Amino acid sequence: MAAEQMPAWVLIAYLIAGICFILALRGLSHPETSRAGNRIGMVGMAIAVVATLAVHDLASLPEIGAAIAIGGTVGLTIARRIQMTAMPQLVAAFHSLVGMAAVLVGAAAYLNPEAYGIVVPGFDVERLIKPATRVEMGLGVAIGAVTFSGSVIAFLKLNGNMSGKPILLPARHVINLATIAAILGLIGYFTIDQGAWVFVTIAALSFAIGFLLIIPIGGADMPVVISMLNSYSGWAAAAMGFTLQNTAMIITGALVGSAGAILSYIMCRAMNRSFISVIAGGFGGDAVAGAAEAIDRPWKRGSAEDAAFLLGQAEQVIIVPGYGMAVAQAQHALREMADILKAKGVRVKYAIHPVAGRMPGHMNVLLAEANVPYDEVFELEDVNSEFAQTDVAFVIGANDVTNPAAKTDKGSPIYGMPVLDVEKARTVLFVKRSMGGVGYAGVDNELFYRDNTMMLLADAKKMVEEIVKSLD
Amino acid sequence: MDFVSILSIFVLSCFVGYYVVWSVTPALHTPLMSVTNAISSVIVVGALIAAAAAGSPAAKWLGLAGVALAGVNIFGGFAVTARMLSMYKKKER
Repeated sequence: MAAEQMPAWVLIAYLIAGICFILALRGLSHPETSRAGNRIGMVGMAIAVVATLAVHDLASLPEIGAAIAIGGTVGLTIARRIQMTAMPQLVAAFHSLVGMAAVLVGAAAYLNPEAYGIVVPGFDVERLIKPATRVEMGLGVAIGAVTFSGSVIAFLKLNGNMSGKPILLPARHVINLATIAAILGLIGYFTIDQGAWVFVTIAALSFAIGFLLIIPIGGADMPVVISMLNSYSGWAAAAMGFTLQNTAMIITGALVGSAGAILSYIMCRAMNRSFISVIAGGFGGDAVAGAAEAIDRPWKRGSAEDAAFLLGQAEQVIIVPGYGMAVAQAQHALREMADILKAKGVRVKYAIHPVAGRMPGHMNVLLAEANVPYDEVFELEDVNSEFAQTDVAFVIGANDVTNPAAKTDKGSPIYGMPVLDVEKARTVLFVKRSMGGVGYAGVDNELFYRDNTMMLLADAKKMVEEIVKSLD
Repeated sequence: MDFVSILSIFVLSCFVGYYVVWSVTPALHTPLMSVTNAISSVIVVGALIAAAAAGSPAAKWLGLAGVALAGVNIFGGFAVTARMLSMYKKKER
């Protein structure tokens, strides 16, 4: 049923659903209001689904009910069982489903245009779809397909099924640009030829380009990739909304599209990299350059007992977590350590860099999981001035986001990136697996060789547990 | 609806999204992603129309598949967001 044939109350129901979604996002401005926001989002979704079902033929209700039940059961099971450290992969997997759903809806609209009222009046027998609608349909299917295959690759990389290293094909920029040009050309051609091959080729090329775009991007650029795919899933929904003239899909798609775009921007800014350079790929993975030099310079090694002594004597400790903490699942042990320190009268704060981890807000969720109160967790700009009055900066699983070279060394690849000023603390305790490895940018960290730095070489979780033992 | 009205709705929604999302606290960026994921599955509305329509069995099955995929996302997305948000606690004083 086309929009003009729908009763007014359905259009109003879609509007209300859209408002519910806006309020759901608004609720996330503070943890206190966020839970209510999430519930309003659910209400909005229920309104949109019920209103749609109410004005359509209910003959297939049993099948629809079965499809919702199957999908819902799978979704709820995953949501209940998933580990918090696996959240980036889960979000990538969910994005891929939105992309695939957009492609399926596009295909269904192509096969049965009458159901959506997008046939040119008077050409019902030929089932000619309105040319403008074909453009929107082509775009929707293309963005949906890119979202799907791109998210599948992001999932495989984040889940460790595929190396996090960038995979660089020769002449990849030429291949990518040619493929994108071909897709756009075909979408244009789709307006004069409604042949099935055009539709299928647009979808196939778009699946390919999603794959090609993400494989050259390294693991550490994943916060940008995952935000970008979030944005694409929104634009796909919006494009299908244009195709089907459905306001609920357009409003929501625009909201989600802007949310992902803003997150991508925040992530790029936090790495001081342009969006184009991230998309071009090739950065990240586990580079080894500079590792040889690292061995030659003097550095201090400390034990868990040394660390426990320094922490116990401190007035203020700032903990700087990174992806290594997630890998080692050290967040619970870390909170235990912080509890003991607090009982001894030490002020404990956490400092989070925007790109710490593999997705925006990754560290905050892990700390919340370990029962760290959110008012002890601070963002970079709110806490950075405090390192100068801090006795111990405890860096665990973070590296490049603490590198002072970003402020001083113009030749460094991370020059200009905002970093946490941990070196201003009286002592820096740096938990790291070994001296050999370097951060994702492939640069050595100046911090290791400073007089006030003590390296704690061990698995992050084991080291923290030993410190906890020594503190007792 | 003509194209211009639809475009107006789209552009204004983008502006609303822009301002609302900037007000989201960085600590909740992960739940933001999972909840936007859930709500972008409103695409289920399009799948439902195909699944309910007569005329093309192929389109109907594609629609049902779309409903199932979006269903995973709707239930999974909201549930996992609720689970994450329930962990954010204030300091006990």
